[in-house]
Amino acid sequence: MPPDLTSFPRLAPGCRLNDKSQQPRTLLMPERALRLNGPSLEIVERCDGKHTVQQIITDLQKIYSKAVPQKVESDILGYLALLHEQRALDFT
Amino acid sequence: MRERSSRFSGDHTVKTRMTTELSNPLALIAELTHRCPLHCVYCSNPLEMQSRANELSTETWSRVFKEAAQAGVLQADFTGGEPLARTDILELVRAARAAGLYVNLITSGLPMDEAKLAALVEAGLDHVQLSFQGAREEIANEISGARSHEQKLRVLEWLKQHRIAVTLNFVIHRRNIDQLEEMLAIAESSNATRVEFANVQYYGWAFANRENLLPTREQLNHSVEILKRAQERLKGKIRIQFVVPDYYAKYPKPCMGGWGRKLLLITPSGDALPCHAAQVIPGLAFENVRDKSLREIWEHSPAFQKFRGEAWMQEPCKTCDRRDQDFGGCRCQALLLAGDAAATDPVCSLAPLRPKVDAILAGMNSAPRAEIFVKPNWLYRPNPS
Repeated sequence: MPPDLTSFPRLAPGCRLNDKSQQPRTLLMPERALRLNGPSLEIVERCDGKHTVQQIITDLQKIYSKAVPQKVESDILGYLALLHEQRALDFT
Repeated sequence: MRERSSRFSGDHTVKTRMTTELSNPLALIAELTHRCPLHCVYCSNPLEMQSRANELSTETWSRVFKEAAQAGVLQADFTGGEPLARTDILELVRAARAAGLYVNLITSGLPMDEAKLAALVEAGLDHVQLSFQGAREEIANEISGARSHEQKLRVLEWLKQHRIAVTLNFVIHRRNIDQLEEMLAIAESSNATRVEFANVQYYGWAFANRENLLPTREQLNHSVEILKRAQERLKGKIRIQFVVPDYYAKYPKPCMGGWGRKLLLITPSGDALPCHAAQVIPGLAFENVRDKSLREIWEHSPAFQKFRGEAWMQEPCKTCDRRDQDFGGCRCQALLLAGDAAATDPVCSLAPLRPKVDAILAGMNSAPRAEIFVKPNWLYRPNPS
């Protein structure tokens, strides 16, 4: 199910980005890790419980202004749903 | 997004390629101590354990964590024995976090109380993996040789007060595999997001107790059905991981993700091993973190080189299409069952010695039920001084 645009995604307990000084930037999770770059990093950095899904979409549409806005939106919704399914993300 | 057609194609789960080329270690298994309040009959510790006097100091561990992070390690698994038996556990958690590692505590939950848990979370602990010996008091205490089950249920309640990842780890075998539904109920009443149902693997103490631990084929098939249904039902809530006993598998497990490819283990006294059981393999000399840096050991230790890559392989592994998926299976199991650590893991259906494994299974599966479900005379793991 796609996430609600007004909800606030937040990394689940025990899931966090490694430190800014560490490269490559990596989402650390129980028994797993996901290397992030470009848009995926932009999204995960905003999953802090303070941005709504809609705000994340708007932000990334600005950053990736050459991309088709609809495509940016559907990509983000798909990515958030994937992280949620993997128990890396909660929606509040 | 951008001009790329594939979605977030820059992302990938962290994997290393199968070549003889050297990859970075990704996880450090830190066996902080062999001391433990439990005496589990399948403990993965070696038969010969280290005493407290030989344990590495806080300073040495702290240095090892820094060296590990520099070598590319992402995660430290604090294990033992019981890692909470270390009085400097909070300092160790802080040191590993400060080094930039993701800190995972694998614990029995016994020497835990509410204040200690709060302090561990405060120190930066990321993930708690709580082991269970069963769903009920009686079997759990039988397997662990201690009164332990009630305390674990208390720890589960305390964990609800904290923002921390929780995994429950149920070690599965003949005498508790029929309690899966009850184990799932315990998991669902907790705040765990991950549950491992890991069948016992037969090394060390488990190898010594194997004839009483191996589940029957009927039990195993039934358990697979239950867990498949649970995986579907709990999707998005709890991730369920199931490890089958490899004696029943068609192909061997990719033990440790390949020898010297992803993981390294440091024993309480500082020896660097490619896996938990590597000390059973004769002729391997292990280097110690007191003498050498972690990177030096990873790159040059003869023990890590021994079964790295493919050069050591025999037929049928040598020309097998699956050799970059399972890496020939487990070296320690090859030694225990075939008497040769470089042999194809005998659990593989292509292995020349597979009939030996089949004979073990056939013997057990054809034995009278009354005989194999009687309470065994367990060989318990003692506690080192």
